[in-house]
Amino acid sequence: MSHAVLTDKRPSTLRGARLPKWSPWAIAAGSIAVAVGIGLAAGLDSRVQWGLIAAIVFVLGTYVIAARVEGGRQAKDRVATSLVWVAFLLAVIPLVSLVWTTISRGMKVLDPYFLTHSMGLVADAEPGGGIYHAILGSLEQVGLATVIAAPIGVLTAIYLVEYGRGRLAKAVTFFVDVMTGIPSIVAGLFILSLMLIFEMQPFGFAGSLALAILMMPVVVRSTEEMLKLVPNELREASLALGVPKWRTILKVVLPTSIGGITTGIMLAIARIAGETAPVLLLVWGNSLINANPFEGAQASLPLYIYQQYANSAGAGAAYDRAWAASLTLIAFVMILNLVARGIARWKAPKTGR
Amino acid sequence: MAKRIDVSGLTAYYGSHKAIEDISMTVEPRSVTAFIGPSGCGKSTFLRTLNRMHEVTPGGRVEGKVLLDDEDLYGAGIDPVSVRREVGMVFQRPNPFPTMSIFDNVAAGLRLNGKYKKSELNDIVEKSLKGANLWNEVKDRLNKPGSGLSGGQQQRLCIARAIAVEPDVLLMDEPCSALDPISTLAIEDLIGELKERFTIVIVTHNMQQAARVSDRTAFFNLAAVGQPGRLIEIDDTERIFSNPSVQATEDYISGRFG
Ligand SMILES: Nc1ncnc2c1ncn2[C@@H]1O[C@H](COP(=O)(O)OP(=O)(O)OP(=O)(O)O)[C@@H](O)[C@H]1O
Ligand SMILES: [Mg+2]
Repeated sequence: MSHAVLTDKRPSTLRGARLPKWSPWAIAAGSIAVAVGIGLAAGLDSRVQWGLIAAIVFVLGTYVIAARVEGGRQAKDRVATSLVWVAFLLAVIPLVSLVWTTISRGMKVLDPYFLTHSMGLVADAEPGGGIYHAILGSLEQVGLATVIAAPIGVLTAIYLVEYGRGRLAKAVTFFVDVMTGIPSIVAGLFILSLMLIFEMQPFGFAGSLALAILMMPVVVRSTEEMLKLVPNELREASLALGVPKWRTILKVVLPTSIGGITTGIMLAIARIAGETAPVLLLVWGNSLINANPFEGAQASLPLYIYQQYANSAGAGAAYDRAWAASLTLIAFVMILNLVARGIARWKAPKTGR
Repeated sequence: MAKRIDVSGLTAYYGSHKAIEDISMTVEPRSVTAFIGPSGCGKSTFLRTLNRMHEVTPGGRVEGKVLLDDEDLYGAGIDPVSVRREVGMVFQRPNPFPTMSIFDNVAAGLRLNGKYKKSELNDIVEKSLKGANLWNEVKDRLNKPGSGLSGGQQQRLCIARAIAVEPDVLLMDEPCSALDPISTLAIEDLIGELKERFTIVIVTHNMQQAARVSDRTAFFNLAAVGQPGRLIEIDDTERIFSNPSVQATEDYISGRFG
């Protein structure tokens, strides 16, 4: 009771007028209504324009109303919040629309038959055929690229963080930066020029090499960041126990950061799994099953998508197959991401009692 | 097996910055020596030169001699890794390995060095945890992560980890500065027991603690900011706290400093 008496006596300086909790929703609904009104009145037929008007009205409306009721500082706070929301929606809408389009168009021909058969001799305009050969090619090329790039990338990062001092480390960092910026087609051309020197025919492993070039800098960067997060105190604790440096790195530093490192590698895999250009140059594509990545042209998912779409003229059986393959590729990348998260959570340093 | 430390003319640098200069002292085996002095005078730096941890810091450099029972730690052909096995260290902030269980933390030194017999490991872990006064608190959850313990328990875990490898000397850098009075007392008691077996050097900002646990006390100071730290005097703890031979020591201990 005494509290109530106290607060009754003097106006609190800690409390001011506040907008109710539901006000952002009300303002959002209001601005959408205003936008629809303006759109209809001005005869704007693009829904994108409607949405932009609604977003602007929402931000401005939030500011004006909040400034009236709550004062300047809270108004700025609310504007910042609403800007974040608008940005979030702007980012999410294309994503949702992309996923929706892919699923709705891809489901048409995506069935077990599609996943377990190759194109064989099915013509572009005919229905039937599948992507087994492309999945196989993708898995082999990406797998080989990972086997090459992940160890080299992780070891490079370990060198840079744990040992690297002076010129060599600076040079390595510089080259990693440069490699990050290499367009995928250039990596493909680089391997292609080697292939031409040795007069080789297209084969899967050549694609893997180009993909490895693209993957390596990503692995180095992410692993470096993860290793830097390991507190120095842990290294010192281990060294002070008389553990040699290499064992300290192997048994203390890497286990502490292994979750993050795996996540980084998985994300790098996801990045190269969708590369088309180097595969187009180096692996060529093949509508038959070729399980040997070291000899003969192979297919791959992104390349399959490209070729089916290019031959479809915007409709027909090939067009459906392109979408179904896209859905498969997205699902593959999604699964990789989920696996990465799972590993990160499973391997994260344990806390709690 | 405790060993004597004999330091002569030791100077340590961080890059071009001279952190401590020309320090000479003797640390007797089976005794506790406390280092006291104002912040930044180089106590930690000096402590880390005693097990060659100083050179782990980028730019860390040492001149002078540190004899461990007549063997110069900085002599030619000395392996810093072997030095650190004989001279253990406990840090100011508890730093158990986060990926390891309590058991694995204590066993870490042996396992990571690859020198142990499986049958002995259980006994060594139990003995070390008992030695660190932690056994009763953790014996039912040895497989739980070490980072789930309280700060004081973690620090005792780190002490157990350090004594599990049976070093000759144990260096402690402000081991109680993050702990409550009860944990502090537990660790002080522990130091009293450990000195039967080890040579102990402890850095502390707590005068009472130095007076309680140590046999000898060394006072470090720096002439001015930016100057290297120096050893002002080292003597029996009783003498340092009752009748030091240098005026600066008395000023520091009685709080009339700076
Ligand atoms: N990693 C480092 N790099 C450069 N200089 C350092 C480093 N660590 C310490 N120093 C410098 O060395 C000097 C001694 O530092 P040190 O940590 O040994 O002091 P201290 O006596 O342990 O102080 P405190 O009681 O605060 O722990 C200080 O001038 C400090 O700035
Ligand atoms: Mg210190």
